[in-house]
Amino acid sequence: MRKLLLLSIIIITGLIFIGRLFYLQIYDTSFQQLSENNAINIIYDYPQRGYMFDRNGKLLVSNQPSYDVMVIPREVKPLDTLEFCDLLRISKEDFISIFKKANVYSPRLPSPFIAQLNKEEYAYLSEKMHKYEGFYIQKRSLREYSVTHSANVLGFIAEVNPATIKKNPYYQMGELIGRQGIEQQYEEVLRGVKGVKYIQKDRFNRDIGPFKDGIFDTLPERGKDITLTIDERLQAYGEELFINKRGGIVAIEPSSGEILALVSAPYYDPSLLVGRERSKNYTKLYYDSIAKPTYDRGLNGEYPPGSPFKTLTGLIALQEDIIDLKETISCHGGYHYGGKKPLGCHHHKSPLSMTGGIANSCNAYFCTIYRRVIEKYPSPQEGVDNWRRHLSSFGLGDYVGIDMPSGRRGNIPSAKYYNAIYNYPNRKWYATATISNAIGQGEVLLTPMQMASFTAAIANRGFFYKPHLIKNIHIADTIPSKYSQKMITTIDPQHFEPVVQGMNDAYNYGTATALKIPDIEICGKTGTAENYTKIDGKRVQLTDHSVFIAFAPKDNPKIAIAVFVENGYWGSRWAGRIASLMIEKYIKGDITRTDMENYVLQGSLEAEYAKPLSGEPFNINQ
Amino acid sequence: MVLGTRKTSFDWLTIFFYVALVGIGWINIYSASLNDSTAGFFDMSQIYTKQLLFIFLSLFLIIFILAIDAKFYERFASVIFIVSLLSLLGLFVFGKNINGATSWYSFGSFGVQPSEFAKAATALALSKYVSDIQTNMQEFSHQLRSFLIIALPAIFIIPQPDPGSALIYAAFIFPLYREGLHGIYLLLGFFIVALFVSTLAFGVFWVAFGVLVVVGIIFLKNRKKRPNLLKYGAIALTCISFAFSVNYIFNNVFEQRHRDRFNIVLGKEVDTKGIGYNTNQSEIAIGSGGWFGKGWTQGTQTKGNFVPEQHTDYIFSTVGEEWGFAGSVLVVFLFIGLITRILVLAERQKNQFSRVYGYSVATILFFHFFVNIGMVSGLFPTVGIPLPFFSYGGSGLWGFTILVFIFVKLDASNFVNK
Repeated sequence: MRKLLLLSIIIITGLIFIGRLFYLQIYDTSFQQLSENNAINIIYDYPQRGYMFDRNGKLLVSNQPSYDVMVIPREVKPLDTLEFCDLLRISKEDFISIFKKANVYSPRLPSPFIAQLNKEEYAYLSEKMHKYEGFYIQKRSLREYSVTHSANVLGFIAEVNPATIKKNPYYQMGELIGRQGIEQQYEEVLRGVKGVKYIQKDRFNRDIGPFKDGIFDTLPERGKDITLTIDERLQAYGEELFINKRGGIVAIEPSSGEILALVSAPYYDPSLLVGRERSKNYTKLYYDSIAKPTYDRGLNGEYPPGSPFKTLTGLIALQEDIIDLKETISCHGGYHYGGKKPLGCHHHKSPLSMTGGIANSCNAYFCTIYRRVIEKYPSPQEGVDNWRRHLSSFGLGDYVGIDMPSGRRGNIPSAKYYNAIYNYPNRKWYATATISNAIGQGEVLLTPMQMASFTAAIANRGFFYKPHLIKNIHIADTIPSKYSQKMITTIDPQHFEPVVQGMNDAYNYGTATALKIPDIEICGKTGTAENYTKIDGKRVQLTDHSVFIAFAPKDNPKIAIAVFVENGYWGSRWAGRIASLMIEKYIKGDITRTDMENYVLQGSLEAEYAKPLSGEPFNINQ
Repeated sequence: MVLGTRKTSFDWLTIFFYVALVGIGWINIYSASLNDSTAGFFDMSQIYTKQLLFIFLSLFLIIFILAIDAKFYERFASVIFIVSLLSLLGLFVFGKNINGATSWYSFGSFGVQPSEFAKAATALALSKYVSDIQTNMQEFSHQLRSFLIIALPAIFIIPQPDPGSALIYAAFIFPLYREGLHGIYLLLGFFIVALFVSTLAFGVFWVAFGVLVVVGIIFLKNRKKRPNLLKYGAIALTCISFAFSVNYIFNNVFEQRHRDRFNIVLGKEVDTKGIGYNTNQSEIAIGSGGWFGKGWTQGTQTKGNFVPEQHTDYIFSTVGEEWGFAGSVLVVFLFIGLITRILVLAERQKNQFSRVYGYSVATILFFHFFVNIGMVSGLFPTVGIPLPFFSYGGSGLWGFTILVFIFVKLDASNFVNK
């Protein structure tokens, strides 16, 4: 016992120490981070962010220097506060509260005092800055917009938030990251790679040279410039036409899937989100829950497409071979089925064949052929799923795959969808239950982007490319390969001609005769989509949405377009006119029909938008 | 057994441990004291160069120690002890104050710290007294004299002030226990420490409560043997009054810095900037080492001088940071190896003097190791004592070298008392 006591104490001590070392060095990793924090100072070298150009090489977005007034509270000496506040255009209360905040953050480390001064303010301030000890001016790079439109496409940059930092260790507090639009989508291309310098510190926080002789240091890599598919002039014109109106335009070059214009109204100047007023402006835009300027209607608005959808119903009917081009169907003021109230139609020549049916937008014709398509199969389930298969080949009912961070799937109902609604197999359902789909009402929902995309597929007579905004990434000289991949629809090319002819006839003698463009063979389809809102929990119908799809020229098309005007009533009233002007602008470069242009520019739907908010009863479709 | 029989060979295992520890120690001092001014390797102003010189001089010291006849150490133990005591006393007159402690004789740019040599002298004196044929460790007056030998140098060292070095003399309780001192002293010591720490940690009330519960349970358990209630009551009362006095001493006798040190280790105060800075930085440095460390001279904490006194008392934090868990454990193994080797050899000694001396060497080394690593790794309060063979300093290195190599010489002779 006497011999062994000390020996055992020694051995136990050894074990305790090894356990303690294991805890400190292996188990508890917080010490490793602490070490990184207090001995190594990391200094980043930020590269220039890449520029953006439009499809014709016009500069859209570049960089501008910005100047932050920084403060190190501990080094501030008594100063002429009044003069200083005057220089910075702040009140004395602001001065005191900002200074207090900076002092709480750290008396020794710099905090931003006033952020994002522009060049003029900087020039004025810089000559007087030496008087104020503890304050200095730090330069950083901000976005500069050469255009006042396309805010929804371009997106903006903002300080990275803590959630992103957690997910992506590349970013540090206070760094800038692309938010929304192209800035977000191509963040990694545009931002480049920041350079890193590791500086070894001693306990007084003094630099004592590069860490490990700088073997871990890296040089910054400049962000790549990118060219967008947007046509700057067309985009600007689209926003102009949408003054005092809400809705969107999507224009696509059918032969490539390149997006020529992506307008969402109401819109705002992208420069609002740069500079000292940034957060004030952003808050104003973000919390405007009535006009929703930050909501991209072209990508995210899911609407019943209305009559333009009839073109697809016609194509599917021809492919399924349940009607030929000669067969005519009469319309007795609507489509009669199931003994219920008929699905109404407007006044037009009757009976009509396929081409005339599209030109005159006859509801009865398309309900008839839709029903035949569904009932061709033994059960309505198989019929609906087959119908859906054709539509899926146009990319409908799913994300279009555009290079934007937002977007919606729309809705193309499946048999499963209806089974769930009608509680199948306890209760059966038939083609007639889904008859509204024939004319683009009912359960069908599409985004304007999807409408433009299927219009491009019709213009191409059976194929399309995924819509995209990227035309070229400089230096790399590529775009993502999915955008050069041809998507083939399930409809054979020969079935497109009669439908295209019908769309052309809509201008010749149908629903869009007033919208013809001199010297351009144009094909289009009007649409009027019923829609509802909730007021005090009650479902209330609002004035119809004005919808229009078109492409031109008829042969070898250059542009396919979908226009959507909220509560604009019938299709040719607003959407058709806007589409017509856009096409003329793109193909000819000039507008010959200035009276129509003036009509659109001066037209306002604000009174219409105010109706449901007035709190009083109102009439629709006036 | 023939009188004066000599074993001719030294214990090479002990020497191996010694060389390994001194070598690794110097490598770490080099890293800890390296600064960016590109000084020449033989620049005498550099700490690592000085330490290299100390190591070199140790070699002569070793040869000298091993050359002297083993009997000399036994015969002159008392003389050496008295000289050592005088050197400690002389400090009060001739000592030089460095960093607030008058622990040094100054010879030009070099200082000598007599307390580092007093350990070996005390070990010799104690061995001599205990191994005396007349001495019986069961006898109280002999126990008292042994304690006096241990206490004298400690009493001279405390007012320097250097309570850390004085604390080491508590180590001598173990050789005495080995030689027959009643276990009650160890137990008493243990209880005093336990009561002291638990009073600080939990407060007087809970300690008193705990004492009453424990004594009560033991009393009830032994009630068939008709225990003396008075005796149990007296024990409980002593413990409780000790707890109260600890409270009093802690609050009224201790200085604030001592209180702070205890409070930080007991987790009562969180302080990473003031007094807790050393320990906190040391833990960060060790903890940042990971499995295999950052590599020699690559420690960021070491380079940044974040750990104060890193080349002296906190040298182990450099080991932890630059050599990681693997290196730290190796050093722990080397220390445990050396101490147990000396302990095993001590048991093998044929004469009591060598055995007691060996035991003293082992326990002194162990106490240093125990207190220093415990402090550096944040287990114990800050007590400023060096890590043997590792910490920078000539006196320390020579003191430990003398301590160990006298035993190597004694072991090699392994004579039998006449």
